[in-house]
Amino acid sequence: MAGKPKLYYFDGRGKMESIRWLLAAAGVEFEEEFLESREQYENLLQGGSLLFQQVPMVEIDGMKMVQTRAILSYIAAKYSLYGKDLKERALIDMYVGGTDDLMGFILMFPFLSTEDKEKQHAVIVEKATSRYFPVYEKVLKDHGQDFLVGNSFSWADVHLLEAILMVEEKKSDVLSGFPQLQAFKARISSIPTIKKFLQPGSQRKPVPDDKYVETVRRVLRMYYDIKAN
Amino acid sequence: DGVLMFQQVPLVEIDGMKMVQTRAILSYIAGKYNLYGKDLKERALIDMYVEGITDLMQMILMFPFSPPEAKEKNLDSVKERATNRYFPVFEKVLKQHGQDFLVGNKFSWADVQLIEAILAVEEKIPAVLSGFPQLQAFKIRMSNMPTIKKFLQPGSPRKPPPDEHYIETVLKIFKK
Repeated sequence: MAGKPKLYYFDGRGKMESIRWLLAAAGVEFEEEFLESREQYENLLQGGSLLFQQVPMVEIDGMKMVQTRAILSYIAAKYSLYGKDLKERALIDMYVGGTDDLMGFILMFPFLSTEDKEKQHAVIVEKATSRYFPVYEKVLKDHGQDFLVGNSFSWADVHLLEAILMVEEKKSDVLSGFPQLQAFKARISSIPTIKKFLQPGSQRKPVPDDKYVETVRRVLRMYYDIKAN
Repeated sequence: DGVLMFQQVPLVEIDGMKMVQTRAILSYIAGKYNLYGKDLKERALIDMYVEGITDLMQMILMFPFSPPEAKEKNLDSVKERATNRYFPVFEKVLKQHGQDFLVGNKFSWADVQLIEAILAVEEKIPAVLSGFPQLQAFKIRMSNMPTIKKFLQPGSPRKPPPDEHYIETVLKIFKK
């Protein structure tokens, strides 16, 4: 069996962060190679390591996996975080799809123009509180269990906690109308693997800063501002 | 009515569930009807291929809703991505293993997604497969599979390319 999974990405959150969360939640140690220069990226490209010329890329079990969703699904299934049957998978996929859409608004945030950032901030809070959080609040209220699906810790719980913390970074009291989610946040944060990941010194990455944005732009030669959606 | 979990369509009522999130729905159908490979590693390959194709299809999906002045540029982007990023990957996969299907020598979701994408791009760029002999053969093979052949015939639930009426309808419904 191959060694530890190895993550190829920038030294920052982006699309790789959900993968870091899931590996950490599963108690899987991983290595990282950070893209700092255009040259590194071109070497990866020329070496044929990036199937669609993109990162994230994760070397795992003899595969060079790309496409964030594919990587997450593989990890979830491998470490039994994907429910017990097809219907639980379906629920997990639906819930993860929602938190993915929500985190998508935050993902592009650092690359927006200053004026778009202000608008986007409001959009993030509005979507979180009126479209996404109510769904998970209701799910937890309706079944009264500790975890979103099947009374068992799954990828959906990890992804939701990640989303909650990211939105809280934008608006610290955003959970004020959501008692179930507050309790959920406390519960999931206390799970030993997650607690460890939340401590300083873990491989969790901080809020994106100017240096991160500049690195991404330089490596990908992405010098335009993204348009908010 | 609380039927749309995240206030969005697509919605599919299936097996007692009201499923939303396109990816979730597709994964469920693929899993249920044995179009998702035989093990975790085949699933991983199928997922990678499907996700890549989805990125390409996304460009085509958005196309009708782009402003007229951006349409030519967007069309060029579709052509560029299809011929430089996505089609070469699947051309190579098919050439290397020499099998009829993308994954595990067996018909899967990945094959369906790829034939859909090929046809969608060809509608915009008719000669797009000219540098891809494996994909040309693949297209013919898939089109001749009985269920797919039936779907490609007039009168099936397959929808035509988006027209003005479709665009208008979408914009009207989603207007706040």
